[in-house]
Amino acid sequence: MQFMLLFSRQGKLRLQKWYVALSDTQKKKISREVIQIVLARKPKMCSFLEWRDLKIVYKRYASLYFCCAVEDQENELITLEIIHRYVELLDKYFGSVCELDIIFNFEKAYYILDEFILGGEAQETSKKNVLKAIEQADMLQEEAETPRSVLEEIGLT
Amino acid sequence: MSDVVEKTLTALPGLFDSQTGAAKITNRLRQLVKSITELTSKHEEENLIKQELCAMKEQVSSPNTSMKQMREIMVRAMYCEMLGYDASFTYIHAIKLAQQGGVLEKRVGYLAVSLFLNEGHELLLLLVNTVLKDLQSTNLIEACMALTVVAQVFPKDMIPAVLPLVEDKLSHPKEIIRRKAVLALYKFYLIAPNQVQHIHGKFRKALSDRDPGVMASSLHIYLQLIRESPDSYKDLTGSFVTILKQVLGGKLPVDFNYHSVPAPWLQIQLLRILSLLGKEDQSTSELMYEVLDESLRRAEMNHNITYAILYECVKAVYTIHPKVELLEKAARCIGNFVLSPKINLKYLGLKALTYVVQHDAKLALQHQMTIIECLDHSDFTIKRETLELLFRITNAQNVTVIVEKMLDFLRGCNDEHTIIHLVGKVSELAEKFAPDNSWFIQTMNCVFSIGGDLLQQDVPNNFLRLLAEGSESKEEDDQLRLYAVESYLTVLKGHTSHLPQCFLQVMSWVLGEYAHLQGSVDRREVIRLLTQLLDQRSVSSETRVWILSALTKIPEGQTDLILDLAERLASSQDTVLRQQAQELQHLSQDSQLHEWVLPRGAPWDAIEVDSSLSFLDGFVSEALAAGAAPYKPPHQRQEELCEDRALNLEPYSFSLPVSLSSCSITDRQSPTLLSVSSGLSGNSTELSQKAGSSTLILEGVKRVWGKDGYLPQKEATAPLVDEPSAAVQPPVQQEAAERTEPRPELSTRNQDKQQLASSLFVGLGVGSSVSLLGKSEAPPPRFRKKPRPHESSSSSGTSEKSSDSSCRSSHNTTDSFLYGSFLEEEPATSKSAFDHTPKSTTANGLSQNKDTKEDKHTNTSQIFGGDMVIVRPSTIQDKHPPSESSDLTALLPADLKDLPHSDVISLTSDPSLSLSSCRLFRDEALLLLIFISNCTETVIKDIAVQLTCEELKTASLRGNIVDCLEARSTSVCHYALLMDDPHTNVSFTGTVSYQTQPGHTNTLPFSGTLSTADFIRPLVLTTEEYGKLWLSLSHDVKQNLKLLTDAGDPLRTTLNALKDALQLHVVDIIGSEGIVACRLLSSAPCLLHCRVSGAALVMWLRSPHPALPDCILYHCQRALAHR
Repeated sequence: MQFMLLFSRQGKLRLQKWYVALSDTQKKKISREVIQIVLARKPKMCSFLEWRDLKIVYKRYASLYFCCAVEDQENELITLEIIHRYVELLDKYFGSVCELDIIFNFEKAYYILDEFILGGEAQETSKKNVLKAIEQADMLQEEAETPRSVLEEIGLT
Repeated sequence: MSDVVEKTLTALPGLFDSQTGAAKITNRLRQLVKSITELTSKHEEENLIKQELCAMKEQVSSPNTSMKQMREIMVRAMYCEMLGYDASFTYIHAIKLAQQGGVLEKRVGYLAVSLFLNEGHELLLLLVNTVLKDLQSTNLIEACMALTVVAQVFPKDMIPAVLPLVEDKLSHPKEIIRRKAVLALYKFYLIAPNQVQHIHGKFRKALSDRDPGVMASSLHIYLQLIRESPDSYKDLTGSFVTILKQVLGGKLPVDFNYHSVPAPWLQIQLLRILSLLGKEDQSTSELMYEVLDESLRRAEMNHNITYAILYECVKAVYTIHPKVELLEKAARCIGNFVLSPKINLKYLGLKALTYVVQHDAKLALQHQMTIIECLDHSDFTIKRETLELLFRITNAQNVTVIVEKMLDFLRGCNDEHTIIHLVGKVSELAEKFAPDNSWFIQTMNCVFSIGGDLLQQDVPNNFLRLLAEGSESKEEDDQLRLYAVESYLTVLKGHTSHLPQCFLQVMSWVLGEYAHLQGSVDRREVIRLLTQLLDQRSVSSETRVWILSALTKIPEGQTDLILDLAERLASSQDTVLRQQAQELQHLSQDSQLHEWVLPRGAPWDAIEVDSSLSFLDGFVSEALAAGAAPYKPPHQRQEELCEDRALNLEPYSFSLPVSLSSCSITDRQSPTLLSVSSGLSGNSTELSQKAGSSTLILEGVKRVWGKDGYLPQKEATAPLVDEPSAAVQPPVQQEAAERTEPRPELSTRNQDKQQLASSLFVGLGVGSSVSLLGKSEAPPPRFRKKPRPHESSSSSGTSEKSSDSSCRSSHNTTDSFLYGSFLEEEPATSKSAFDHTPKSTTANGLSQNKDTKEDKHTNTSQIFGGDMVIVRPSTIQDKHPPSESSDLTALLPADLKDLPHSDVISLTSDPSLSLSSCRLFRDEALLLLIFISNCTETVIKDIAVQLTCEELKTASLRGNIVDCLEARSTSVCHYALLMDDPHTNVSFTGTVSYQTQPGHTNTLPFSGTLSTADFIRPLVLTTEEYGKLWLSLSHDVKQNLKLLTDAGDPLRTTLNALKDALQLHVVDIIGSEGIVACRLLSSAPCLLHCRVSGAALVMWLRSPHPALPDCILYHCQRALAHR
């Protein structure tokens, strides 16, 4: 996978993950272009499109578009299911997820994505395992939270 | 799913209350997001963010900001960046956060780093120590975070620093750590394959890991490895099959199920691996038939995921060695896709069909009605995929309909990439299957006007070449040319301002070249039309040059018009145009000169170019006689300049003694020797003899104008065409269509479709043989083309496949020669040479090899008589049958005999010719000698060798064209290869074309592999020079290597082993450290510093060339591993 973009129906970017090294200007140009093309597609059209030498696979969930760019010879359907599994993960984690969850907790969405896909390849496809890893990190986070904030209040940090 | 996720913005207020726990941290972010959503214009947003960023900037630079606040700032910075604003001032703080914060801060810091910075960013270097620390942390979360960031963004140069730690993690008790480590190594493999070369064994351990997640991750690496060299992993086929069987049998934990399908991602990965392993390998394929069958059978549920698996399965079945039963099942599966009402499945069905029709064009027949419906589909993506499919089934009978469909599509398309892609295909089809001249020219006109200046340059080039070279029959060629001229005149009479430059150029060339064929049109008219173009503003200056050249070619007679034009252009701003106008003026006034410069109707083959510039010989000798200094090539001048300098001010350069004798050896091939030797002798008659004997042999070497691939021979074998040429009458066709797609009532629209179907699918009839099983006869293409150097874009499936396979198989054999013979034989000859004195006075350490090599030569040449004098090295007419390939070393030209060389390896052979090659190591280049032996009792004529290698600079020195090779004799063809950028291994390919009987040309392809080791030369320098050079170099790579401990002095033994494998120069050994130097040919040096540390050899490499150390390291590892 080359990159993944999440954007709203209005074309606002909600999440972007790049698995290839590109400059900021290139990234901006590409995401603008891709968002434009995908938003222009009609609902009944197929979820794949050829773009430059890549394939764009996208799916709309409520007001949010999930969009992946994969290599030309990649299996488009399985990419579609990767998107779906990611949505399932978000759903399970946030408890029926909506766009706002992702806006306000985008870093969480990134953590989940990083547990699911690493370096552009599916890392762990078991839903349970991904969420377990996230929960473990979250738990540690909460533990660390309390004593640290006390210390900070005293001004020890 | 979407109904579960569906929620609207009305949930906004409730959300704030429900998530108080998390809200604490991201409060400021919430405010920011909220205030942004309240804004109405982009301008307001910009202002707000600007303010926000200013505030953040202040905060981050304040010493009082706590880590916790910093974390919160970082989250906001990420948000701003996502909105497209620059928050680069926070990058360094992201790294700090990861460095200094607690787990919580680290998590945000690492995330910010992975989002902000990409692999090449220099700030990442600051992260290395943090990563190292966290990798060693006992805290699982910290280790996980470090591995995650390593697998996402990590500077390539720093991989050696973390590699041992990541490697250790492969045996970590926690599966999540092992899994992430495997993926980190996968990432390393992608960006720097050489560095993980030594841990391939550990990948196998990961493959057999008890945790399915770790095992699945290792498949990413295997897929990559197997894609690169399937033959090295055939032994794993059984394991992959077993894993797939277990997955299918539901042996994995239920967690891995996805919509009740067991581990679909794993299944797909395995299917891909199996198809790579089984490709063109019957015995391996047989191992997997059963499991593929089961896969096809099990995937029956109606869900996207099963279709995804099915698709992969079908592809695998059609990729591996065919089994009829499986093929039938797979073909039935495709039906499910194509006929599905779901558009995504239909798309994938078309894609699958496109893949399988390359093996069996008949399959398209069953789905013709669906294909036709898809052709008119409103969705651009579907349409395009359908055209791709049609492209694959095009034959001489349906070409007009298909090309028309493609052009229709193109007219309504405005996507650049699609246009370039499809226009190339149209021109390919037109060249291959054109039914007649007018259609061909019209189609190409469309191609040029639609494709315009987006076209890849080879489309117009190929077209013009086709017109120019023609076929066997001059009459037919002239008809085609005539038609082109007529068509262009019509085009030019219309509106021309919108025509693309490229089309104008093509037209003007054709008119200039062939307007004379058209008797009925007034020459003045042609000139007028062309001049008209010159007046247009939209015409680029490049096109103007083309037009003027065309005008120059149109013969004299219309002097008044031409002079008029020349005069007008004489005051042009453009100097090139002015120059051309001058030429035009002169030529038009002097018809004799015109005839001489631009001979009318001269055959293309007759134009000879003396690339050796031998006509200047007289001039050179005169100049020398008058006391001019002999010519020196630039590098020699440079070196001498260095020598002369009293103070060496440049730290990078180091002077090497240049002896005259070495010059004359190295410059044998260039015309330089002419002047050098004549400068010494001062006798011009002797000069020519000398030149004849040892350097430039011009007789017998046919040089032909054009690219180096252009040969005068005509190709007898037609381009491979896969499509069966069956003569099936349209009625039968129609019947078949009705059978598969029963429609009770045929409306007129349907009838239209039926008609279209019969015209589209003609030639794919049931009666036609299946190309997979039987041999299909290719219809003769309309335009026969001469061999093109790059036929890779060839469309027909089997030709692609077969060339692929031949490439691969020969690749394998050469691979084994490299690692078998090269690594073993080479050292054997050079070992003794290096053992004497490490510091030699000669410029090149290799020349020490002479002694041993000469011994070898005298041995072999005694067979032929020790004093055999080879007068004409380029074609050696030797009486002895060159059956033994080792005898061929005796055929080395006298001037090259002294060079160290490899053994002679057989490249390829057919009943008439056998080819072998030998590598000669010259200081500044690798010479590749190709021995062409005639194995027959008859004379072989017109032999032409063509060699290509993308990564190397190749130059044919001599002997690549041989007019005539006597029976049982051998000719030698010389190539000089230069490597500018190091590659671990490079492969070259080439063809030899020859004629056994007049008019019957055969071609024999060959290929081989070379390694960097072939291009490495020892660098002789003193310890002091080494020290200076070391300090001046920056790129370095560090790596632990195996130490050979089987002898008394492990360091010396190891270094000697390396020295033998790669031609390194051991500068000095001091205690437990050794310094070694080498260079890439005569360019970039590479210094190696080795230190014994326990049982390992710590090697530190520096070179001005960033990629060179990696390559050398790779070969060092290889050399030590093979001991």
